[in-house]
Amino acid sequence: MHLHKFEKIWLIFGIAMLAVFLGIVGVQAFTQGQTPAGGMKKIDPEKVDVTAPFDDPGVHQIDDDTYEVVIKAMAYGYEPSEIKVPAGKEIIFKVTSKDVIHSFTIPNTKVNMMVVPGQINEKRYTFNEPGTFLILCNEYCGTGHHFMHTEIEVVEE
Amino acid sequence: MILHSERGPLAGRRTSSAVAATASASERKLALWNIGFAYTAFLIGTLCGLIQVFMRNEMIELPAWLDYYQVLTVHGVTLALVYTTFFIYAFLITGMSRSLGSFGPKVARWSWIGFFVAAAGTVWATIEILSGRASVLYTFYAPLKASGWFYVSLALLIIGTWIISFALIAHYVKWRKANPGVLSPLFAFMTISTLAMWIIACLGVVAAVVFMYIPWAFGWVDTINVELSRTLFWFFGHPLVYFWLLPAYMAWYLVVPKLLGTKVFSDSLARLSFLLFILFSIPVGLHHQLTEPGVADFWKFLQVTLTFMVVIPTLMTAFSLFATFEISGRQKGAKGLFGWVGKLPWNDIRFTSLFISMVFFIPGGAGGIINTSFQLNELVHNTLWVVGHFHITVGTPVAMTFMGISFWLIPYLTGRTLTKTTKNLAFVQIISWSVGMLFMSTAQHVLGLLGAPRRTQHSNYSDHPTVLGWFDGFFSNTSTLALGGIILFFSAMLLMVIVFRLWLIEPRSEKGDLYAEFPIAESDASATPRWLENWWIWIGIAVALILLAYTFPITHMIQDAPPGSKGFINW
Amino acid sequence: MKNKKNPHEADLRGTLISVLTVGILIAVMWFAVYAMYVAL
Ligand code: HEM
Ligand SMILES: [Cu+2]
Ligand SMILES: [Cu+2]
Repeated sequence: MHLHKFEKIWLIFGIAMLAVFLGIVGVQAFTQGQTPAGGMKKIDPEKVDVTAPFDDPGVHQIDDDTYEVVIKAMAYGYEPSEIKVPAGKEIIFKVTSKDVIHSFTIPNTKVNMMVVPGQINEKRYTFNEPGTFLILCNEYCGTGHHFMHTEIEVVEE
Repeated sequence: MILHSERGPLAGRRTSSAVAATASASERKLALWNIGFAYTAFLIGTLCGLIQVFMRNEMIELPAWLDYYQVLTVHGVTLALVYTTFFIYAFLITGMSRSLGSFGPKVARWSWIGFFVAAAGTVWATIEILSGRASVLYTFYAPLKASGWFYVSLALLIIGTWIISFALIAHYVKWRKANPGVLSPLFAFMTISTLAMWIIACLGVVAAVVFMYIPWAFGWVDTINVELSRTLFWFFGHPLVYFWLLPAYMAWYLVVPKLLGTKVFSDSLARLSFLLFILFSIPVGLHHQLTEPGVADFWKFLQVTLTFMVVIPTLMTAFSLFATFEISGRQKGAKGLFGWVGKLPWNDIRFTSLFISMVFFIPGGAGGIINTSFQLNELVHNTLWVVGHFHITVGTPVAMTFMGISFWLIPYLTGRTLTKTTKNLAFVQIISWSVGMLFMSTAQHVLGLLGAPRRTQHSNYSDHPTVLGWFDGFFSNTSTLALGGIILFFSAMLLMVIVFRLWLIEPRSEKGDLYAEFPIAESDASATPRWLENWWIWIGIAVALILLAYTFPITHMIQDAPPGSKGFINW
Repeated sequence: MKNKKNPHEADLRGTLISVLTVGILIAVMWFAVYAMYVAL
């Protein structure tokens, strides 16, 4: 199998380019904790309301610099519907679903989480600026899917 | 030394079996039925596309018995599953018949049976969707629960494709037996690679449908393991896109050089790239599940790495294609670095359509690399960006290649010719599709980066300022999506006119008419190592990679599963 | 073109420049989106 010299150059260039992409995201993900939303915790989808932490949904301060936001998703809304968090602090979102698959997505942030029944999804994110952000569902969940949204208020601490 | 050539009017016969230079009547008829079915789906699907862009702009309202998500389900099923699949089989059936000889009675019978099973499944699925029993979109994620018959009909569609696939494989095996020690013609080799990948890929969705969805939807079991069902779906879902793409690559590798009057650039590299697709297109499905729980980061990242590997055969393909262009141009006397560009047959719609397809695949492929770049996926996942992405991968490179193939395949099958008038129409069609797609997909990419969700009917989200940004500017505007959609729909209808003319109206072709030919370039296999065609090696490695990538995550999902979900009918 | 029979020795300078351009285009798109992601 003979390779033209230029094809060798091209393949080396191309593969090196791919390695750089992969290296950048890999290093950023695993050394700076920038992995996409995920988590291995599970939950009984029928018993969400009585299982911790979803028996007490809402914003909880964990320590000086960290807050936890616990959210239940269901067709077609989120509970609680009012969320207020400080800017500049790390927020840990924890979401699960009481029925079908939804998403918990805050446009213009890195928060774009699939919400899967039976699983708890987690994402750490820090809002740099105060403001009112839109939260929407971008995974089809039924005829009311396009109504499924709420807001999160980010306030100056 | 083996020197084989794809059979054509000019190529001599160098292998032992007696083969006709054209597909026989039975295969022609079967291929035409497949094409007819494909274009019926195309007609319905593109109409749905138009309705979607209108609804996203609140320009129309649907009657009470129909909703946006039914329309979207039909659009996804008819275009992504039906148009592609049936057209692909038409192309493969004709090409296999042409390069390996007419089908025997058994192969012919089973291909017809496969066609009818797949067609019955499709019609049935469409009825289930339109009657409101399956508004689950073409990915049918649990625990949204369609009627049990919807899943049965999908299983029929897949089983039908398996039957045709095995018939084609049997045809190939017979040829191999009759030609021991000879490498098969490149068209046949690529067909078998594509089918091998398809058959392995479908195992995932068949397992999910048969063992999980059907028992659950008919109420034999109460609950379903949601994460497992998704993972099995995407085990199938990613190679599905390569099942669309590989036949287009076949046309790029084999038809394009013939149209340019040259040979395949490198037989061995062409074969190698298809083999790499068998290896790397399956163990990568988790790249569709990067933002969800239930899969450890390590396994997500491993499959991301394997996804990067599947880019390599495409890099090889890009080189081969440019090299084919340049070599043919230089043979025609082109000088300088880029003189060959001027020597390309731009007036030949069969070439120009394929060329434009390739151009669209450049940003399409780049977008794919972005999508799979682990955390970058958070920026684009389930936004309109993704919709823009697959309209410039499957919706244009693949679909337009199929259009370009139609311009000669239908005449080839019906014995008609492509007249000047139709050829001009075809140019208008291809160019309008390109322009429409440029508007629509660019708008979708930009809107996606601004956070606009996919699979979502128009919504103002309580007039949140973020939403205003989706109706402002040029490309960041949902109206531009509609503009593109309208042009695309015009183009689609023009294509229907062209198909109709080629099928029924155009004059009979004369002997030697180029447009009534099946163009397959010669490929010099004299330096191609034989082990490339030892399928067991490649299938063995593919299975090993699949086991590596999936054993642990799937075992975990089964053994450590949360309580299952009951079904929901949210429509 | 020196040798019509053997495309491997063919003059493919145009091809090399073309594919490298494609490669650079891909890299530019990737880094643009990467920059957007990091800025969020
Ligand atoms: C007239 C031409 C077309 C128009 C106007 C069009 C328009 C659209 C639009 C606006 C969407 C997004 C809807 C949403 O997410 O809310 C969509 C989705 C889609 N389109 Fe097209 N499209 C066209 C042709 C095609 C072609 C040729 C293919 C493939 C061969 C295709 C495959 C798809 C798929 C797979 C989806 C996703 C369906 C889903 O999310 O379930 N489209 N189309
Ligand atoms: Cu939703
Ligand atoms: Cu994929």
